[in-house]
Parts: sequence; structure tokens; C-alpha cells
Amino acid sequence: MSKQRLWPEFTAEMKKTHTILIPDMASIHFELIKNVFLNCGYKAELLTSTDQSIIDKGLKYVHNDTCFPALLVIGQIMDALHSGKYDLNRVALIMPQTGGGCRASNYIHLLRRALKADGLGHIPVISISYGIEKHSGFKLTLPLVRRGLAALVYGDILMLLSNQTRPYEVKPGESDALVQSWVERLSELMRQGEAYSRRDMAKWLDNIAASFAAIERTPRDVVKVGIVGEIYMKYSPLGNNHLEKFLASQGCEVMVPGLLGFLLYCAVNGVVNIELYGGAWLNRSIRTTAVNILLSYEDMLIKAVEKQEIFTAPWPHKKLFREGTKIIGPGCKMGEGWLLTAEMVELIHHGYRNIVCAQPFACLPNHIVGKGMIRRLRELYGANIVAIDYDPGATRVNQENRIKLMLAVAREEKDGLKVHSGRPVSI
Amino acid sequence: MRIGLDVGSTTLKCVVVDDNQKIIYRQYRRHLSQIAEKAADMLEEIMAELPGLASCPVCISGSAGMGLAEALDIPFTQEVYATRIAVGRLQPDFDTVIELGGEDAKILFLTGAMEVRMNGSCAGGTGAFIDQMATLLGISTDDMNELASRSGRVHSIASRCGVFAKSDIQALLNQGTTREDIAASIFYAVVNQAVAGLAQGREIKGNVLYLGGPLTFLPQLRLAFDKVLGVTGFCPENSLYYVAYGSALTPELPCLDLRKTAGKIRRYGSVSGYRQSEPLFASMEEYNSFLERHSKSKIAVDARLTPSKRAWIGIDAGSTTVKCVAINEDGEIIFSRYTANSGNPVPLVKGFLTEFYEEFPDAIVAGATSTGYGEEIIKNAFSLDMGVVETIAHFTAARAFDPEVDFIIDIGGQDIKCFKIRNGAIDNIFLNEACSSGCGSFLQSFAGALGYSPAEFAALGLFAKAPVDLGSRCTVFMNSSVKQAQKDGADLSCISAGLSISVVKNALYKVIRVARPSDLGEHIVVQGGTFMSDAVLRSFELETGRRVTRPTIAGLMGAYGAALYAKENGLLGSTILGPAELRNFKHQVRTANCGGCTNNCRLTVNIFDGGRRYISGNRCERPLTGKAPGERLNLYEYKLQLLSEYRPVPGHRGIIGIPMGLNMYEMLPFWHRFFTALGFEVRTSPESTRQTYFLGQHTIPSDTVCYPAKLIHGHICQLLESGCDAIFYPCLSYNFDEGLGDNHYNCPVVAYYPEVIANNVHALDDKKFIYDYIGIHRPRDFPKKIQAILAKYFPEIPLKEIKKAAKLAYAENDAFLAKVRAKGKEILATARSQGMPVIVLAGRPYHLDPEINHGIDELICDIGAAVISEDSVSDMVDPFPTTVLNQWTYHARMYAAAKFIVENGDPDVNLVQLVSFGCGVDAVTTDEVRSILEDGGRIYTQIKIDEITNLGAVRIRIRSLLAAVKHKKGSGENVKTAALA
Repeated sequence: MSKQRLWPEFTAEMKKTHTILIPDMASIHFELIKNVFLNCGYKAELLTSTDQSIIDKGLKYVHNDTCFPALLVIGQIMDALHSGKYDLNRVALIMPQTGGGCRASNYIHLLRRALKADGLGHIPVISISYGIEKHSGFKLTLPLVRRGLAALVYGDILMLLSNQTRPYEVKPGESDALVQSWVERLSELMRQGEAYSRRDMAKWLDNIAASFAAIERTPRDVVKVGIVGEIYMKYSPLGNNHLEKFLASQGCEVMVPGLLGFLLYCAVNGVVNIELYGGAWLNRSIRTTAVNILLSYEDMLIKAVEKQEIFTAPWPHKKLFREGTKIIGPGCKMGEGWLLTAEMVELIHHGYRNIVCAQPFACLPNHIVGKGMIRRLRELYGANIVAIDYDPGATRVNQENRIKLMLAVAREEKDGLKVHSGRPVSI
Repeated sequence: MRIGLDVGSTTLKCVVVDDNQKIIYRQYRRHLSQIAEKAADMLEEIMAELPGLASCPVCISGSAGMGLAEALDIPFTQEVYATRIAVGRLQPDFDTVIELGGEDAKILFLTGAMEVRMNGSCAGGTGAFIDQMATLLGISTDDMNELASRSGRVHSIASRCGVFAKSDIQALLNQGTTREDIAASIFYAVVNQAVAGLAQGREIKGNVLYLGGPLTFLPQLRLAFDKVLGVTGFCPENSLYYVAYGSALTPELPCLDLRKTAGKIRRYGSVSGYRQSEPLFASMEEYNSFLERHSKSKIAVDARLTPSKRAWIGIDAGSTTVKCVAINEDGEIIFSRYTANSGNPVPLVKGFLTEFYEEFPDAIVAGATSTGYGEEIIKNAFSLDMGVVETIAHFTAARAFDPEVDFIIDIGGQDIKCFKIRNGAIDNIFLNEACSSGCGSFLQSFAGALGYSPAEFAALGLFAKAPVDLGSRCTVFMNSSVKQAQKDGADLSCISAGLSISVVKNALYKVIRVARPSDLGEHIVVQGGTFMSDAVLRSFELETGRRVTRPTIAGLMGAYGAALYAKENGLLGSTILGPAELRNFKHQVRTANCGGCTNNCRLTVNIFDGGRRYISGNRCERPLTGKAPGERLNLYEYKLQLLSEYRPVPGHRGIIGIPMGLNMYEMLPFWHRFFTALGFEVRTSPESTRQTYFLGQHTIPSDTVCYPAKLIHGHICQLLESGCDAIFYPCLSYNFDEGLGDNHYNCPVVAYYPEVIANNVHALDDKKFIYDYIGIHRPRDFPKKIQAILAKYFPEIPLKEIKKAAKLAYAENDAFLAKVRAKGKEILATARSQGMPVIVLAGRPYHLDPEINHGIDELICDIGAAVISEDSVSDMVDPFPTTVLNQWTYHARMYAAAKFIVENGDPDVNLVQLVSFGCGVDAVTTDEVRSILEDGGRIYTQIKIDEITNLGAVRIRIRSLLAAVKHKKGSGENVKTAALA
């Protein structure tokens, strides 16, 4: 295809002059990743605002039928650009681009369209992708990739363990404080060039797991709920109306599968593609190597968690793949693809049989891998799954009502049907 | 004693249960959105009725009760679960419960794996929907029940949401369908909605219990459920109170002091905690100067005839109103009528004409024009001189007020129309897509539900201190947004103002999608009945930051424009029925089935005195002209013909069934050739009909997926009965690489829908269903891969044979495409040599399916244009850079087709894009196709299609497009324009 560039590049000079604004998704991970950027010589800032004006801006600048995540991310960016806080000649933006067959690969273009409509077409948008776009000022160098990977793994373990600790903590707020202190400490360590080599990481992951295990706990009667979904809806409180917080307020322990799983899923798809449709041996072995590197990171995380008996460790990705693809084909790779189904299977097996599947209204892959698979999972495992649609028009009361219904069924399954006792009579 | 309080979206229900769990007191009433007050009243009435009851356990339930309960720390039980508790206690022998409420629909499956379901956020087929439809028909729901009991025939009405259904009903009304049949059809639409939205693949059978208001009060609705489900359901005593009863039985409830609780609830009504917008008017002075400014845009409405005695008549038969205007030689209005259209516009127009002739006995009618939805029927009924497309009528009228007008926005009953004017011609047209229409009538229904007239209701909001911010999505969502705002304490004035604001936001951000108001234009004229509300007008000015012109006759502009149009066309004598003929006017409606072809269209025949007829419901001109479509220049027809030639050829290896849906509309030649060469007989499922959809409806897990995908379920069900050895419906991540884009994916639904089928159509479990992942994009690897796949289902086939078949298959695919392209070019050349306009109807291959495109291709031919498809011209441009990632094969063709329109430069060759409702990918592609066209100075037209069968709106778009093209050419202006939005 013609490679004529229709967008401004992020040049090497800009690295020194421009502040990169990063839209938030999973706050623990993204705080760490922002620090990695800083450590690698970029100026960067994480956009954390959750004002209503974000949705308004999104509606204004993005086709309203576009998925909600695009609307929010672009809304958040436009909101920041309009805030007056930034020199509009010295900011850059960043967005991941997987190049998959779903609309998400086009978010970056929707953003550029919005910028253009607003007369801000000169602001460069960096694409983090596997070679779809090139920017001379931004390269996925080895140090950046290694630190970035470490940040993801740390983010995953902090999210996993804090979720498994928070509902039981004796001193309220202790888990969150611990997360915060680790984020600061790990960022500082990485700045000093530590904590991202394989050996360092194993040590720090062990320390993290031990520190959460040390938090004083008390048994509580909770409903175990898993969250899966479109990646942004799954993690972002802005997107899912603070789903985790809501579930916590309803007496739930939540499990949210990590981001490393998504990265692995993307990498594995490269290999599966060649298996299904054919391809060069060399290409295949490069992709397999990438998978193996990621697996070694995952392995460290699992080992660290398993050392503490009270915690449930995620399945190794190979098992996740094996079990998930019993339900859905491995070639299903758009959006969250087979991973979403596989995560539901995993959650059910870990005892999180009650699942919220969060998706943007009319998310195409979710018709298949989310809603399309629920019936089978229910038949096979008796799982209690509710699919919740998010969009600018859907109201929180509707969403929460549906989740409450799912929780009522969960409690009945756990404790039996509870009715105020008395003699049954006809009325 | 225990109290259960069920706060629904429209009603309050409460029960008091004694210690034997017997209901000793019950109460049911509409809360008219004053939830807190009415709930407090109810509690106090209980105390009055049951003296001595000062404290007891209380539990709230219901969709609108959650916020109340949470804020006041009163126990809450989720309402579906409350039903579950109540049914378990009162009717333990039932398998399935269907409960319809004001805005909710629920199904509980109690036996086997217990499941409870509620309607998703996009689903209007509930009590509120029935109310809305009753308002539309101008009757009560009881009347509707009564009418339905006398119905003879059920029509299909889109059941997904009220907005779609309304379009369908309007079309039926305009065609003269009886109200009895419409009433019954509405009930069936509700049933289909419940089944499609809630059953999600699980069959409803066994003992079925009916609960909730609509099912209690409307026996005909119960009957419709019985018929569709094939069961005999039961509506028990207290069917309204199950939720309240179940919540009263919630275990472990604390005792509450009733007086204190009632007080707390009452006070809650005054707390304000919702999202707010700025007030419309800060002061009376501001309002007065606003009125002053707008009173200047006026023309006389009670002028006299000029000495020539000539008058021109314009009639705008809209969806919810009929507007009639007569003007004199000076273009002043001498007589006008604005009436609500409760179904049949014919008597209304007759009334107008009769009055006009009485009032102006010496007027000479020089010309008469009709416009709007009812244009055709009115023109035929009263023998008018001409019809004019609505857009042109409005433009003609707007020009009379502001000759420099460059933007017109008209919000009517169920349409939003706006268009940009450049160099005196309509340049860009935006009509609301089916999903956001109904704004004006939405305000009307809302006002009606709260017991106000639309004008009173709108006026309530003028001075609201803190209008509710309701967002800008489809009106179905707005119902729940309003619910939430009410929960959060918004009073009626704030809701009224909020609704007016949201109508404006919908128009600006959903239909026109402006980024900046300066994109709209300098001279904006607003019109349509909805803008008669000062609140809506003010919202528009605030939101756009522009001062706009609202003609004092904003509601009459269509009719006024039609009258002016007649005058401008120099008509000096009219064929219109005179006073005498009018006295003998007769109108009869008859239904018939057209036997002209296999479509078997159901025709509605309107017969007027003197043998004038108007037939509707037809898909083609055959019943009108008695002639076959004949040699029409329609590539869609040709493609269908080509596909139908792939007949089964008996083979020794077995029979393979292929569902004719989604990508099979393109892949059939490939797979047919491939399997036939291997010795398989290839059978395809029959052509889609509405019945196909119903056949598979109960296996559809996601009710928001596109209609083409939903149809696949029915095709699979049909194949299951066709005696095939295997059904072949593979997953295809990738499509053929045509070298047009950056990648060549299928969209996620096309790519992976077979997975949904495999996991949701139970009957496939013991059938050979081949839905493996196949890579047709790698011809070299294909034979080996498919050999292994087929070996899983059939005895292994030698690779040599497969290679040979594959070669033939790829060649067949190329040959098919080549034929299509050759024919497309032939049509293009023929049409242009005859001076006929050409429409490139750009969609996906499956838009060929007449059940999906609803005959839009034929409609375009009827209007007098030739139709070709996007793939027939996509090879005529070189690859070019797009601003989006160009990664889907089908969509790359659309970009290329748009580019072709621009490069080809012929102003009579235009593109119309077909978009299936719910197609997420098209949110990306429509913007890109639009900008390719508009950057090239061309007009972009989009048509959104779903289950809807109302072609009226489509006709308007196409006619407006052709009229705009004609006008542009006429003005000699080069077709170079700036893009809007």
C-alpha cells in the first residue's frame, strides 16, 4: 500500500521538547509505565481526569457509534488539550495499535481526525505497534521494552494480590497503601537501573507477594466475582463506572485477569496464524521466541504468587490457551478473541464463577467471544455470567441493577434460597 | 407484619404481608415521576389503614427504587430476584416466568439451571413501548387491547426498539392498514422483542407464568405470547404484586419506624444530585428579548386573495402531523391548518380543502403540491398536480425568510432533517438514522405520560434552575436517563428542560456531528414542529452559539414550501378536486396479495371515487403498471441472478449445506466450485425472508448484533432440515487480498460468527458442522490445510484432487468478479448514454439479500436511476492512502468506489452507502467514505438499514440526492464544496 504519510511524525528533536500525554487505562500499570517513559528520557504525563466533560468531548469529536473506549480515550485527550495546561506546540500523544481486525486499530486515526477537526492536526501521535507506523523520535528500544515489560508484570502482581487482600484486610486501606508504596519504590529502583533484569525481578516479585501475605486478614463472607471484557472496559474505572469499587461495596472479592495475558495472547496469535494458514519457518521461530520470552516473565510472577499459600495464582498461559480453545477456536483473534473466553474458563476454575463481562455497546468481537459463549459456559460449568454494555447513554442505575441481579443469584447458589421463614399459605 | 414496596419506572406497588405471609393490604398506582412523594404517601396510607402498625420490616425493590433505598439506607432487593422469591413461595410449579414492566422485561427460567434475565439497555418492547404506541394511535392501551381482539392479520413490525417500530407503524398507517391489525401487530412485536432479547438461545416451554402490568391488563398480549411460544400461560391473582411481595419476604430485614421512614423518603425528593446543564433563561428579561427577536421573522398568515384570485395549495402530510397551506399571488398565507395525524391523513386533508373552499369560494386554485411521508397517497387521493421531495419543499420555504440561508435544520415528529446550502443548491443532506429518530414525538409521548400537553410540558423547563443533562443518545436510552435523574431528585421542570436540550444535542452531535458551530453556516433557519417550543429553540442557540431564524410558521414550512414550489413552477391551473368533487369523495381500503412474482407482496389498495387508486406495500412497479421489472439497469439483480445459477450437482462424496448469509454472498462461487469438483453436492439454504429470522430467533445470543448475522441462525435451522451430510460455514479471519488496503481482514462478525452458531444452535451438536479456520488468502497453503480439515469429517481426499479443485475454485471466484465488473461497466455506459443517473450502491456482499436491503436497489431503479455495486468499480482506481487503517477487504472496496466517484467526475454518478444497524466497523468507514467524497466536492449519502421495512425515508434521501444533483447542474456551478463537520 502506499506509505505516503498523512500524519505528523514524532521526531527525534521532539523527544527533548515535547511532553507525551498518556491516556489512562489500568491505573497501577500505567503509573509504572509512565515512570518507565520518564526513566528512558521522555517527558510524559498520565491523564487521570475522570470529569463528565470527557464524555462530552468524546461525543463531540468521535463518531457516536464508535466504541465507547475510543470515545473516552479521545475525549480524555481533547479535554486535556483544551484545559490550557499544556503548550499545544510542545505536546505529543500516544496510543497503542495492535493491527488486529477490530476497530481498535483505528483509534489512532480517529484521534488524528479529531485533532484535525479542532485545528490541532500538527500534534504528533505516536503509535505503539509492531511496525505499523514509524516515528524517528520513538523507538521500542531494548531498554524501553525490558522496563516496560517489567512494569506490566509488576502492575499485574500488584493488582492481583491487592484484589485478593483488600476484602479481608483488618485495617482498611492497608492494601491500597501498599500498592502505592510499591509503585513508588519500583519506579525509583528502575530509575536506578535496577529491578528489571530477570534476576532482580524474581527477587522483587517474591518481596511483593510476601508483603501482601503479611497484611493482617480476617475471614469475611464474600461473593467471588471475576471481571472480563473488552480491555479498556475491563480495567478503566472511567469506562466501567468504577465497577471494581461498586463490587467491593457489595461485598465481593474481584479477580481481574492481568495485562501480560493480553500481550501473550497477541504474541501467541502470531504463531497460531502460521499454524492455521501456513507461513515461513523463520517467521514462526521468531514469533515463538517472543512468546517464550514473555512466558518466562509470566513464570516468575506465578512462582512468586504460589510461594504464598493464601493467594490464587493465574494459570500459565499454555493452560489458559488449552482450556479456552476447547470452547472457541484458537484462530479467533480479533479484539480480545479466544482470550476472553479462556479467561472466563479460568475464573470459573479458580472459584470465581460469577462473572461480569464488560463491553462497549455493540462491540463486535464481544458478540462472539463474550455474549456468544456464555450459553456454553453456563451449560458446562453452571457459571453465573452477566454481560454489561457500557456507552455514553447507558445509565449506571441500569448497569448496577443487572449486576445486583447476578449477585443475588450468586448468593442463592452459595447459601441456598433464603426467604423470610413462616408457614407457606395461599394468598 | 412486613412491607414490600416496588418502585417501578412508571408505577408504585406496595403490599403488607401478615405473619402468615398473607397479603392483607395492597396498593398500585402510577407515580408520574414523583417517586419520593408518592412513596411517602403510600407508607402514610398504610399507617392510616392499619392503625397500630408503627414499625415493621420494610424492603424496597424495583428499578427506580435502588437509588432511593441506597441513599436512605433502607433494605433493597433486586426486583427480578424478588420475583424469584415470590414465585418460589406462591407458584412453585412454574418453569418459566415472563414479567413485563414499565420499562423492563424479564424472563426467569426456574427449572433446570436457574437463570434470570432482564432486557438489555437497548430494548424498548415493554409497557412504555405499548404506551408510546397507544399515544401514537391516539387511543388508550385498553382500546388497543379491544382493537387487537378484532384483528384479522398481523403485520411485521420491527421489534428491537420503539423508534424502529414507530417507523413501521407509521408506514402501515399511511398505507391505510386497519387499526385493529396494527394493534395486534404491536403486541406481536412486543412478544418477538421479549423472545429475541431475553430467551437468548433458551427455549421457553413448560408452565409459563405471566406477571406485571401489561400482561395483567392486556389479555390480547397474553394471547400473543401464547401463540408465539406455543404454550398456555397463566396470569395469577396478584400478578402485579409479585415484586413487592418478594421484597417483603426478603430475610433478615430490620424493623423500621414507618413515620420516620416516610418522612425521610419525602425529604429525599428535594435533594439535588444529578448531572446538570446551564439554565435556559436566567431571567424573564432574557426570555422577553428572546421572544422579541424571534417575532421579527414572520409573514402574514391571514392575508387576502389578490385581485387575480389565484391561490396555490401546499400539503405536507408528515408522520405525526398534517400541515396544509394556501398562498396568494404575493406568497402570503391566506389559509392554513396544522393538525395532529393520528393515522390516516386523507380525512384531514379533505377537511382542510372543504373549509378552504367554504372560506374562499371565489379562489382559483392555480396549483397544488404535496410533500412528506404521505405525498403519494394525498396526491392520488385529491388529484394534485405534483409531489415534491420534503427537502426541496423546506428549502423553498426557508429561502422566503432568508434568501441567503445556508443551513436549514428541521426537527419534526420523527425526523431530523438538515441540509447545507451552497450556491443556491442543496449540497449536503443529513437525515437522522433510524436509531435516533422520533425526537419530537418522543417529547410528545413523554409529556403525555406525565399528563401534560407538549407545549405545557416544554414551557415548564424555560426557567428551570438546573436542567438535567441527559446526554445525546437514542431516545430509548433517554427513558432510563430520565429515570436516573428522577431517582437523583430532578423535578419536572429540570427534566423538561433537559429533554429539550437533549433533542438539540441529538441533532447536533448524533445526526450532523458538528465539531464547531461555525461548520453549520452563517444563516441558519430552523423549522419543524419541534422548534415551535421556545425551550428547544433556546437550547439550540445556546448549544451552537448562533442566533438563528425561526419563522413564525416554523411548523408549516413544509406545506408553505410546497405551495411556493407550485407557484414557482408557474402552475396556472390545477387538477385538484373541486368543491363538488370533494362532496362525493370516497375512500376505501382493501388488502390484496400481489401475485406478480414470488415476493408475494401484501398490497394495501386505496380506492378513491372516480377510479383513482393508490397502492402501497409493493416492492416493484409491477402491480401498478402490470408490467414486469423488465430490463432494469440493476447490478444487484444481476448478481443475485448469477448466484442463483450455482445449483446443486449430485456427487458421490456426500451433500454439503451452505447457509446463504454474510460472506457466503461472495464466497458461494468459490466454495460451490471447490466442493462440486470434489464430488460433493452443494445445497444452499433458501432465500432469506422475515420467516427465516423468526426461525432462528431463539438461538441468537446477542440482540444487538447486525441483522445479517441474525439471519444466519435461520439459515442454519433451515439447512438442518435439508438432509445435508454436513453444514459448511468456516471461520475466515482473512479475506482475499485485492491489493486495495493495508490488510485484508473480514470484520469480526463475518470472521467468527460460525463460533456463535456452533455454541448456540443446540441442534448442531450431533451434526457435522464444519466451522474450522480456513486461510483462503494463501492459495499455496490452502489445499494442504483444507485437506486436513476435511479429513476430520470425511474419508481423506487425495491432495492431488484437492489441488485441482482449489485451482478451479480460485478461477471461479475470479470469473465471478470479472462478470460482475464487466456487467457493472456495461450498465454504467448504457445508463450514461441514455442520460440516466447512476447510483453506486456501496455495501457489503450480503447487502444483496433482499431481506437485508429491503429492495432499496429496486426503489432506486423505480426513481429512475441505474444501480451498480461498489465491487464493480473498485478496480478502476489505483491504490491511494486513506486517513484510516484500511484493513478490511469489503471496506477497502468502498473507499475505492468513493475515490472512483471523485476521479470519474461525472456529476450524475453518485455513491450511496448502505450500513447495517449495529455495524461497529462502519462507524469508522462511513466517516472515511464521507471525507473522500466531500473532499472531492461530492455529496455523501448514507442509508442505515435494519429490520425496518419502511422505505419512505430512503425514498426521500435518494430523491433529495438526485434533486440536489440536478439543481447543482442547473445552476452551472462546479461541484466543488467544502466539507461539513
